[in-house]
Amino acid sequence: MSSSIAWFKFAAPMTFYGLAGRLIPWFAWSAGLLAAIGVYIAFFVAPTDFQQGEAYRVIFIHVPAAWMSMFLYLVMAFWSAVGLAWNTRLSFMMSRALAPTGALFAFLSLWTGALWGKPMWGAWWVWDARLTSSLILFFLYVGIMALWSAIDDPRRGDKAGALLTLIGAINVPIIYFSVKWWNTLHQGASISLMKAPTMAATMVTGMLIMTFAAWFYAIAAAMIRVRGIILERERHTEWAAEILEGK
Amino acid sequence: MLRFLIAVIRRDLKLAARRKGDWLTSQFFFVMVVSMFPLGIGPDPAMLSKVAGGVLWVAALLAALLSLSRLFADDHRDGSLEQMLLSPNPPVLLALGKALAHWLIYGIPLLLIAPVLGVQFALPGDAIGVLMLSLLVGTPVLSLLGSVGAALTLGLRGGGVLLTLLILPLYVPALIFGAGAVDATLAGVGAEANLSLLAAFMVMTLLVSPWVAAAALRVSIE
Repeated sequence: MSSSIAWFKFAAPMTFYGLAGRLIPWFAWSAGLLAAIGVYIAFFVAPTDFQQGEAYRVIFIHVPAAWMSMFLYLVMAFWSAVGLAWNTRLSFMMSRALAPTGALFAFLSLWTGALWGKPMWGAWWVWDARLTSSLILFFLYVGIMALWSAIDDPRRGDKAGALLTLIGAINVPIIYFSVKWWNTLHQGASISLMKAPTMAATMVTGMLIMTFAAWFYAIAAAMIRVRGIILERERHTEWAAEILEGK
Repeated sequence: MLRFLIAVIRRDLKLAARRKGDWLTSQFFFVMVVSMFPLGIGPDPAMLSKVAGGVLWVAALLAALLSLSRLFADDHRDGSLEQMLLSPNPPVLLALGKALAHWLIYGIPLLLIAPVLGVQFALPGDAIGVLMLSLLVGTPVLSLLGSVGAALTLGLRGGGVLLTLLILPLYVPALIFGAGAVDATLAGVGAEANLSLLAAFMVMTLLVSPWVAAAALRVSIE
Protein backbone atom coordinates (compact mmCIF):
# COMPACT_ATOMS: atom_id res chain seq x y z
CA MET A 1 0.00 0.00 0.00
CA SER A 2 2.80 2.39 0.84
CA SER A 3 3.99 2.36 -2.76
CA SER A 4 0.56 3.29 -4.09
CA ILE A 5 0.46 6.28 -1.74
CA ALA A 6 3.81 7.45 -3.08
CA TRP A 7 2.47 7.21 -6.62
CA PHE A 8 -0.43 9.47 -5.84
CA LYS A 9 1.83 11.86 -4.00
CA PHE A 10 3.93 12.32 -7.12
CA ALA A 11 0.84 12.69 -9.27
CA ALA A 12 0.49 16.19 -7.85
CA PRO A 13 2.22 18.68 -10.17
CA MET A 14 3.93 20.43 -7.24
CA THR A 15 5.70 17.35 -5.88
CA PHE A 16 6.48 16.04 -9.33
CA TYR A 17 8.09 19.34 -10.22
CA GLY A 18 10.63 18.81 -7.46
CA LEU A 19 11.11 15.11 -8.22
CA ALA A 20 11.68 15.80 -11.92
CA GLY A 21 14.17 18.50 -11.06
CA ARG A 22 16.19 16.02 -9.02
CA LEU A 23 15.97 13.24 -11.64
CA ILE A 24 16.78 15.27 -14.75
CA PRO A 25 20.58 15.48 -14.17
CA TRP A 26 20.77 11.71 -13.64
CA PHE A 27 18.94 10.91 -16.86
CA ALA A 28 20.69 13.61 -18.83
CA TRP A 29 24.18 12.55 -17.73
CA SER A 30 23.50 8.86 -18.30
CA ALA A 31 22.14 9.68 -21.73
CA GLY A 32 25.27 11.65 -22.57
CA LEU A 33 27.60 8.99 -21.19
CA LEU A 34 25.81 6.11 -22.94
CA ALA A 35 25.70 8.05 -26.20
CA ALA A 36 29.45 8.64 -25.96
CA ILE A 37 30.09 4.92 -25.38
CA GLY A 38 27.64 3.99 -28.12
CA VAL A 39 29.20 6.34 -30.64
CA TYR A 40 32.66 5.02 -29.77
CA ILE A 41 31.50 1.44 -30.34
CA ALA A 42 29.73 2.48 -33.52
CA PHE A 43 32.77 4.07 -35.10
CA PHE A 44 35.78 2.27 -33.64
CA VAL A 45 34.78 -1.12 -32.26
CA ALA A 46 32.03 -2.45 -34.51
CA PRO A 47 33.46 -4.18 -37.59
CA THR A 48 32.81 -3.05 -41.12
CA ASP A 49 29.86 -4.92 -42.58
CA PHE A 50 31.03 -7.13 -45.42
CA GLN A 51 27.90 -6.46 -47.45
CA GLN A 52 27.03 -2.88 -46.64
CA GLY A 53 30.47 -1.40 -46.00
CA GLU A 54 30.80 1.59 -43.70
CA ALA A 55 27.43 3.10 -44.52
CA TYR A 56 25.63 0.60 -42.31
CA ARG A 57 26.90 2.50 -39.25
CA VAL A 58 23.94 4.86 -39.51
CA ILE A 59 21.81 2.08 -37.98
CA PHE A 60 23.31 2.96 -34.59
CA ILE A 61 21.23 6.12 -34.64
CA HIS A 62 18.53 4.98 -37.07
CA VAL A 63 17.24 1.92 -35.24
CA PRO A 64 17.10 3.54 -31.76
CA ALA A 65 15.33 6.56 -33.27
CA ALA A 66 12.76 4.37 -35.01
CA TRP A 67 12.16 2.32 -31.87
CA MET A 68 11.81 5.39 -29.71
CA SER A 69 9.40 7.08 -32.12
CA MET A 70 7.05 4.09 -31.80
CA PHE A 71 7.63 3.53 -28.10
CA LEU A 72 7.04 7.18 -27.19
CA TYR A 73 3.73 7.11 -29.05
CA LEU A 74 2.67 4.16 -26.90
CA VAL A 75 3.76 6.00 -23.75
CA MET A 76 1.76 9.03 -24.89
CA ALA A 77 -1.28 6.84 -25.48
CA PHE A 78 -0.79 5.32 -22.01
CA TRP A 79 -0.71 8.74 -20.32
CA SER A 80 -3.70 9.86 -22.39
CA ALA A 81 -5.70 6.85 -21.25
CA VAL A 82 -4.68 7.40 -17.62
CA GLY A 83 -5.58 11.06 -17.90
CA LEU A 84 -8.99 10.39 -19.41
CA ALA A 85 -9.76 7.63 -16.91
CA TRP A 86 -8.68 9.35 -13.68
CA ASN A 87 -8.67 12.96 -14.82
CA THR A 88 -5.13 13.49 -13.54
CA ARG A 89 -3.69 16.71 -14.86
CA LEU A 90 -0.11 15.53 -14.75
CA SER A 91 -0.81 12.67 -17.18
CA PHE A 92 -1.96 15.09 -19.86
CA MET A 93 1.07 17.25 -19.22
CA MET A 94 3.35 14.22 -19.63
CA SER A 95 1.66 13.38 -22.91
CA ARG A 96 2.21 16.93 -24.14
CA ALA A 97 5.82 16.89 -23.02
CA LEU A 98 6.53 13.64 -24.86
CA ALA A 99 5.07 14.54 -28.25
CA PRO A 100 7.83 16.85 -29.55
CA THR A 101 10.51 14.30 -28.61
CA GLY A 102 8.54 11.55 -30.32
CA ALA A 103 8.13 13.64 -33.45
CA LEU A 104 11.84 14.43 -33.37
CA PHE A 105 12.73 10.73 -33.25
CA ALA A 106 10.25 9.93 -36.01
CA PHE A 107 11.80 12.61 -38.19
CA LEU A 108 15.29 11.42 -37.29
CA SER A 109 14.46 7.85 -38.25
CA LEU A 110 13.10 8.99 -41.62
CA TRP A 111 16.09 11.19 -42.26
CA THR A 112 18.73 8.65 -41.31
CA GLY A 113 16.75 6.05 -43.23
CA ALA A 114 17.09 8.20 -46.34
CA LEU A 115 20.82 8.57 -45.73
CA TRP A 116 21.13 4.81 -45.44
CA GLY A 117 18.84 4.12 -48.39
CA LYS A 118 20.83 6.16 -50.89
CA PRO A 119 24.00 4.02 -50.84
CA MET A 120 22.14 0.74 -50.15
CA TRP A 121 19.10 0.91 -52.40
CA GLY A 122 20.27 3.69 -54.69
CA ALA A 123 17.30 5.85 -53.72
CA TRP A 124 16.66 8.37 -50.98
CA TRP A 125 13.14 7.14 -50.59
CA VAL A 126 11.28 3.97 -51.49
CA TRP A 127 7.66 3.28 -50.61
CA ASP A 128 8.65 0.46 -48.35
CA ALA A 129 6.10 -0.58 -45.72
CA ARG A 130 8.27 0.54 -42.81
CA LEU A 131 9.20 3.85 -44.34
CA THR A 132 5.61 4.62 -45.23
CA SER A 133 4.24 3.72 -41.83
CA SER A 134 7.00 5.75 -40.13
CA LEU A 135 5.98 8.68 -42.28
CA ILE A 136 2.36 8.27 -41.23
CA LEU A 137 3.42 8.01 -37.58
CA PHE A 138 5.24 11.30 -38.04
CA PHE A 139 2.03 12.78 -39.50
CA LEU A 140 0.11 11.57 -36.45
CA TYR A 141 2.54 13.35 -34.13
CA VAL A 142 2.23 16.52 -36.21
CA GLY A 143 -1.57 16.32 -36.17
CA ILE A 144 -1.72 15.94 -32.40
CA MET A 145 0.67 18.85 -31.84
CA ALA A 146 -1.30 20.97 -34.31
CA LEU A 147 -4.49 20.25 -32.38
CA TRP A 148 -2.87 21.25 -29.08
CA SER A 149 -1.53 24.47 -30.51
CA ALA A 150 -4.93 25.39 -31.96
CA ILE A 151 -6.76 25.05 -28.64
CA ASP A 152 -6.11 27.87 -26.19
CA ASP A 153 -8.03 26.39 -23.26
CA PRO A 154 -5.61 23.92 -21.62
CA ARG A 155 -8.31 21.62 -20.24
CA ARG A 156 -10.03 21.22 -23.57
CA GLY A 157 -6.70 20.86 -25.35
CA ASP A 158 -5.60 18.13 -22.93
CA LYS A 159 -8.68 16.01 -23.44
CA ALA A 160 -9.01 16.59 -27.18
CA GLY A 161 -5.37 15.68 -27.69
CA ALA A 162 -5.76 12.59 -25.53
CA LEU A 163 -8.77 11.39 -27.55
CA LEU A 164 -6.88 11.89 -30.80
CA THR A 165 -3.81 10.11 -29.42
CA LEU A 166 -5.92 7.13 -28.41
CA ILE A 167 -7.78 6.81 -31.69
CA GLY A 168 -4.42 7.09 -33.42
CA ALA A 169 -3.07 4.30 -31.22
CA ILE A 170 -5.95 2.02 -32.24
CA ASN A 171 -5.23 2.87 -35.85
CA VAL A 172 -1.46 2.40 -35.82
CA PRO A 173 -1.50 -1.41 -36.18
CA ILE A 174 -4.19 -1.22 -38.86
CA ILE A 175 -2.19 1.38 -40.76
CA TYR A 176 0.94 -0.72 -40.45
CA PHE A 177 -0.67 -3.85 -41.85
CA SER A 178 -2.58 -2.04 -44.57
CA VAL A 179 0.62 -0.37 -45.73
CA LYS A 180 2.44 -3.68 -45.60
CA TRP A 181 -0.16 -5.44 -47.75
CA TRP A 182 -0.38 -2.47 -50.07
CA ASN A 183 3.36 -2.61 -50.48
CA THR A 184 3.52 -6.31 -51.33
CA LEU A 185 0.60 -5.88 -53.71
CA HIS A 186 2.23 -3.09 -55.64
CA GLN A 187 5.86 -3.91 -56.04
CA GLY A 188 6.37 -7.40 -54.73
CA ALA A 189 9.00 -8.16 -52.15
CA SER A 190 11.72 -6.34 -54.05
CA ILE A 191 13.48 -5.01 -50.99
CA SER A 192 13.67 -6.71 -47.65
CA LEU A 193 15.18 -4.97 -44.68
CA MET A 194 15.57 -8.22 -42.82
CA LYS A 195 17.73 -9.89 -45.44
CA ALA A 196 20.90 -8.82 -43.68
CA PRO A 197 22.79 -11.71 -42.04
CA THR A 198 22.86 -11.99 -38.28
CA MET A 199 24.68 -9.06 -36.82
CA ALA A 200 27.97 -9.17 -35.00
CA ALA A 201 27.67 -9.07 -31.22
CA THR A 202 29.41 -5.70 -30.95
CA MET A 203 26.89 -4.21 -33.37
CA VAL A 204 24.02 -5.39 -31.20
CA THR A 205 25.70 -4.09 -28.06
CA GLY A 206 26.34 -0.70 -29.64
CA MET A 207 22.78 -0.48 -30.85
CA LEU A 208 21.36 -1.40 -27.46
CA ILE A 209 23.56 1.16 -25.71
CA MET A 210 22.43 3.80 -28.17
CA THR A 211 18.84 2.78 -27.56
CA PHE A 212 19.24 3.33 -23.83
CA ALA A 213 20.92 6.65 -24.53
CA ALA A 214 17.96 7.70 -26.67
CA TRP A 215 15.57 6.47 -24.01
CA PHE A 216 17.22 8.40 -21.19
CA TYR A 217 17.49 11.45 -23.40
CA ALA A 218 13.75 11.20 -24.08
CA ILE A 219 13.01 10.97 -20.35
CA ALA A 220 15.24 13.93 -19.53
CA ALA A 221 13.84 16.05 -22.36
CA ALA A 222 10.24 15.20 -21.44
CA MET A 223 10.87 16.05 -17.80
CA ILE A 224 12.44 19.38 -18.63
CA ARG A 225 9.47 20.13 -20.84
CA VAL A 226 6.91 18.96 -18.30
CA ARG A 227 8.51 21.21 -15.65
CA GLY A 228 7.96 24.14 -17.99
CA ILE A 229 4.36 23.12 -18.59
CA ILE A 230 3.74 22.70 -14.83
CA LEU A 231 5.10 26.16 -14.08
CA GLU A 232 3.03 27.67 -16.86
CA ARG A 233 -0.17 26.03 -15.68
CA GLU A 234 0.42 26.58 -11.96
CA ARG A 235 1.74 30.11 -12.19
CA HIS A 236 -1.24 31.36 -10.17
CA THR A 237 -0.38 29.17 -7.20
CA GLU A 238 1.87 30.30 -4.41
CA TRP A 239 4.67 27.76 -4.81
CA ALA A 240 5.01 28.31 -8.53
CA ALA A 241 5.01 32.07 -8.11
CA GLU A 242 7.83 31.71 -5.58
CA ILE A 243 9.94 29.70 -8.03
CA LEU A 244 9.21 32.11 -10.87
CA GLU A 245 10.18 35.14 -8.78
CA GLY A 246 13.26 33.43 -7.45
CA LYS A 247 14.65 33.16 -10.97
CA MET B 1 -33.54 5.61 -28.88
CA LEU B 2 -34.05 4.62 -32.49
CA ARG B 3 -36.57 7.41 -32.87
CA PHE B 4 -33.97 9.93 -31.72
CA LEU B 5 -31.43 8.57 -34.21
CA ILE B 6 -33.94 8.82 -37.05
CA ALA B 7 -34.93 12.30 -35.94
CA VAL B 8 -31.30 13.47 -36.06
CA ILE B 9 -30.82 12.00 -39.53
CA ARG B 10 -34.10 13.40 -40.86
CA ARG B 11 -33.30 16.84 -39.49
CA ASP B 12 -29.93 16.94 -41.26
CA LEU B 13 -31.40 15.63 -44.50
CA LYS B 14 -34.07 18.31 -44.40
CA LEU B 15 -31.50 21.01 -43.73
CA ALA B 16 -29.39 19.74 -46.63
CA ALA B 17 -32.40 19.68 -48.94
CA ARG B 18 -33.09 23.33 -48.15
CA ARG B 19 -29.51 24.44 -48.62
CA LYS B 20 -28.59 22.71 -51.85
CA GLY B 21 -25.58 24.92 -52.42
CA ASP B 22 -23.80 23.37 -49.47
CA TRP B 23 -23.75 19.82 -50.61
CA LEU B 24 -23.52 20.53 -54.33
CA THR B 25 -20.28 22.43 -53.66
CA SER B 26 -18.70 19.34 -52.24
CA GLN B 27 -19.82 17.15 -55.15
CA PHE B 28 -18.51 19.58 -57.73
CA PHE B 29 -15.26 19.81 -55.80
CA PHE B 30 -14.96 16.04 -56.21
CA VAL B 31 -15.64 16.18 -59.95
CA MET B 32 -13.26 19.08 -60.52
CA VAL B 33 -10.35 17.62 -58.55
CA VAL B 34 -10.67 14.36 -60.45
CA SER B 35 -10.87 16.22 -63.77
CA MET B 36 -7.64 18.07 -63.05
CA PHE B 37 -5.59 14.88 -63.06
CA PRO B 38 -5.81 14.01 -66.78
CA LEU B 39 -4.82 17.62 -67.51
CA GLY B 40 -1.81 17.20 -65.28
CA ILE B 41 -0.60 13.74 -66.22
CA GLY B 42 -1.74 13.44 -69.84
CA PRO B 43 -4.67 11.84 -71.67
CA ASP B 44 -3.15 8.39 -72.28
CA PRO B 45 -6.03 5.94 -71.49
CA ALA B 46 -3.69 3.17 -70.34
CA MET B 47 -2.13 5.42 -67.73
CA LEU B 48 -5.44 6.96 -66.72
CA SER B 49 -7.09 3.62 -66.04
CA LYS B 50 -4.06 2.65 -63.98
CA VAL B 51 -4.32 5.67 -61.66
CA ALA B 52 -8.13 5.97 -61.70
CA GLY B 53 -8.77 4.09 -58.45
CA GLY B 54 -6.22 6.09 -56.49
CA VAL B 55 -7.20 9.44 -57.95
CA LEU B 56 -10.91 8.96 -57.33
CA TRP B 57 -10.30 7.75 -53.81
CA VAL B 58 -7.97 10.60 -52.88
CA ALA B 59 -10.46 13.08 -54.31
CA ALA B 60 -13.22 11.41 -52.28
CA LEU B 61 -11.15 11.80 -49.08
CA LEU B 62 -10.59 15.49 -49.77
CA ALA B 63 -14.22 16.11 -50.68
CA ALA B 64 -15.35 14.36 -47.48
CA LEU B 65 -12.99 16.44 -45.34
CA LEU B 66 -14.14 19.62 -47.03
CA SER B 67 -17.75 18.99 -46.09
CA LEU B 68 -16.94 17.50 -42.66
CA SER B 69 -15.56 20.74 -41.28
CA ARG B 70 -19.17 21.98 -41.21
CA LEU B 71 -20.67 18.81 -39.74
CA PHE B 72 -21.26 20.27 -36.27
CA ALA B 73 -20.30 23.91 -36.88
CA ASP B 74 -23.71 25.27 -37.93
CA ASP B 75 -25.51 23.59 -35.05
CA HIS B 76 -22.81 24.81 -32.69
CA ARG B 77 -23.18 28.39 -33.86
CA ASP B 78 -26.95 28.62 -33.35
CA GLY B 79 -26.82 26.72 -30.07
CA SER B 80 -28.90 23.73 -31.15
CA LEU B 81 -25.97 21.35 -30.69
CA GLU B 82 -25.75 22.27 -27.02
CA GLN B 83 -29.49 21.70 -26.61
CA MET B 84 -29.25 18.31 -28.25
CA LEU B 85 -26.40 17.35 -25.93
CA LEU B 86 -28.39 18.55 -22.92
CA SER B 87 -31.37 16.43 -23.90
CA PRO B 88 -31.68 13.04 -22.14
CA ASN B 89 -30.86 11.21 -25.37
CA PRO B 90 -27.43 9.58 -25.49
CA PRO B 91 -24.83 11.76 -27.25
CA VAL B 92 -23.44 8.65 -28.92
CA LEU B 93 -26.61 8.41 -30.97
CA LEU B 94 -26.34 12.07 -31.84
CA ALA B 95 -22.79 11.55 -33.13
CA LEU B 96 -23.82 8.40 -34.99
CA GLY B 97 -26.87 10.08 -36.52
CA LYS B 98 -24.82 13.06 -37.64
CA ALA B 99 -22.21 10.80 -39.25
CA LEU B 100 -24.86 8.67 -40.99
CA ALA B 101 -26.64 11.77 -42.27
CA HIS B 102 -23.32 13.05 -43.58
CA TRP B 103 -22.81 9.78 -45.39
CA LEU B 104 -26.28 9.91 -46.95
CA ILE B 105 -25.81 13.52 -48.05
CA TYR B 106 -22.20 13.41 -49.24
CA GLY B 107 -21.21 9.76 -49.59
CA ILE B 108 -24.09 8.48 -51.70
CA PRO B 109 -23.88 11.23 -54.34
CA LEU B 110 -20.13 10.59 -54.69
CA LEU B 111 -20.94 6.98 -55.29
CA LEU B 112 -23.38 7.92 -58.05
CA ILE B 113 -21.00 10.37 -59.76
CA ALA B 114 -18.05 7.97 -59.61
CA PRO B 115 -19.05 5.75 -62.62
CA VAL B 116 -19.15 8.78 -64.93
CA LEU B 117 -15.66 9.77 -63.84
CA GLY B 118 -14.57 6.15 -64.15
CA VAL B 119 -15.63 6.17 -67.80
CA GLN B 120 -13.61 9.35 -68.31
CA PHE B 121 -10.62 7.52 -66.89
CA ALA B 122 -11.13 4.63 -69.33
CA LEU B 123 -11.95 2.10 -66.62
CA PRO B 124 -13.50 -1.16 -67.87
CA GLY B 125 -17.01 -2.05 -66.72
CA ASP B 126 -16.11 -4.54 -63.99
CA ALA B 127 -13.60 -2.11 -62.46
CA ILE B 128 -16.27 0.59 -62.37
CA GLY B 129 -18.56 -1.79 -60.53
CA VAL B 130 -15.85 -2.54 -57.98
CA LEU B 131 -15.08 1.17 -57.65
CA MET B 132 -18.72 1.82 -56.75
CA LEU B 133 -18.75 -1.09 -54.37
CA SER B 134 -15.55 0.09 -52.67
CA LEU B 135 -17.00 3.59 -52.30
CA LEU B 136 -20.22 2.14 -50.93
CA VAL B 137 -18.32 0.25 -48.25
CA GLY B 138 -15.61 2.86 -47.73
CA THR B 139 -17.37 6.22 -47.60
CA PRO B 140 -19.03 5.44 -44.23
CA VAL B 141 -15.48 5.23 -42.84
CA LEU B 142 -14.82 8.73 -44.11
CA SER B 143 -17.97 10.11 -42.47
CA LEU B 144 -17.47 8.23 -39.18
CA LEU B 145 -13.78 8.95 -38.61
CA GLY B 146 -14.29 12.46 -39.91
CA SER B 147 -17.03 13.09 -37.35
CA VAL B 148 -14.42 12.53 -34.63
CA GLY B 149 -12.16 15.13 -36.20
CA ALA B 150 -15.05 17.54 -36.71
CA ALA B 151 -16.00 17.22 -33.04
CA LEU B 152 -12.41 17.75 -31.89
CA THR B 153 -11.87 20.85 -34.01
CA LEU B 154 -15.28 22.37 -33.30
CA GLY B 155 -15.08 26.16 -33.14
CA LEU B 156 -11.29 26.35 -33.53
CA ARG B 157 -9.56 28.83 -35.77
CA GLY B 158 -8.39 27.23 -39.00
CA GLY B 159 -10.66 24.27 -38.26
CA GLY B 160 -10.84 23.00 -41.83
CA VAL B 161 -7.12 22.66 -42.46
CA LEU B 162 -6.57 21.34 -38.96
CA LEU B 163 -9.24 18.69 -39.52
CA THR B 164 -7.40 17.55 -42.65
CA LEU B 165 -4.14 17.32 -40.72
CA LEU B 166 -5.70 15.22 -37.97
CA ILE B 167 -7.84 12.86 -39.98
CA LEU B 168 -6.00 12.25 -43.26
CA PRO B 169 -3.44 9.88 -41.67
CA LEU B 170 -6.29 7.88 -40.15
CA TYR B 171 -7.90 7.48 -43.58
CA VAL B 172 -4.88 5.59 -44.91
CA PRO B 173 -6.33 2.06 -44.54
CA ALA B 174 -9.56 3.05 -46.30
CA LEU B 175 -7.60 4.60 -49.14
CA ILE B 176 -5.33 1.59 -49.52
CA PHE B 177 -8.09 -1.01 -49.51
CA GLY B 178 -10.51 1.09 -51.57
CA ALA B 179 -8.07 1.98 -54.33
CA GLY B 180 -6.51 -1.46 -53.97
CA ALA B 181 -9.83 -3.12 -54.79
CA VAL B 182 -9.98 -1.26 -58.12
CA ASP B 183 -6.35 -2.04 -58.90
CA ALA B 184 -6.81 -5.70 -58.05
CA THR B 185 -9.75 -5.91 -60.47
CA LEU B 186 -7.65 -4.35 -63.20
CA ALA B 187 -4.83 -6.79 -62.47
CA GLY B 188 -7.35 -9.65 -62.68
CA VAL B 189 -6.74 -11.03 -59.18
CA GLY B 190 -10.19 -10.20 -57.83
CA ALA B 191 -11.17 -7.50 -55.36
CA GLU B 192 -12.66 -9.70 -52.64
CA ALA B 193 -9.70 -9.48 -50.25
CA ASN B 194 -9.51 -5.69 -50.40
CA LEU B 195 -13.26 -5.26 -50.13
CA SER B 196 -13.47 -7.61 -47.15
CA LEU B 197 -10.72 -5.74 -45.32
CA LEU B 198 -12.36 -2.44 -46.16
CA ALA B 199 -15.66 -3.75 -44.79
CA ALA B 200 -13.92 -4.95 -41.63
CA PHE B 201 -12.35 -1.52 -41.18
CA MET B 202 -15.76 0.07 -41.73
CA VAL B 203 -17.39 -2.11 -39.08
CA MET B 204 -14.63 -1.28 -36.63
CA THR B 205 -14.96 2.46 -37.16
CA LEU B 206 -18.72 2.10 -36.85
CA LEU B 207 -18.21 0.52 -33.43
CA VAL B 208 -15.60 2.96 -32.13
CA SER B 209 -16.06 6.37 -33.75
CA PRO B 210 -19.49 7.40 -32.40
CA TRP B 211 -18.24 6.97 -28.82
CA VAL B 212 -15.07 8.94 -29.42
CA ALA B 213 -16.97 11.61 -31.33
CA ALA B 214 -19.50 11.92 -28.50
CA ALA B 215 -16.68 12.26 -25.95
CA ALA B 216 -14.98 14.83 -28.18
CA LEU B 217 -18.23 16.79 -28.47
CA ARG B 218 -18.53 16.93 -24.71
CA VAL B 219 -14.93 18.12 -24.42
CA SER B 220 -15.48 20.79 -27.05
CA ILE B 221 -18.76 22.08 -25.69
CA GLU B 222 -18.06 22.32 -21.97
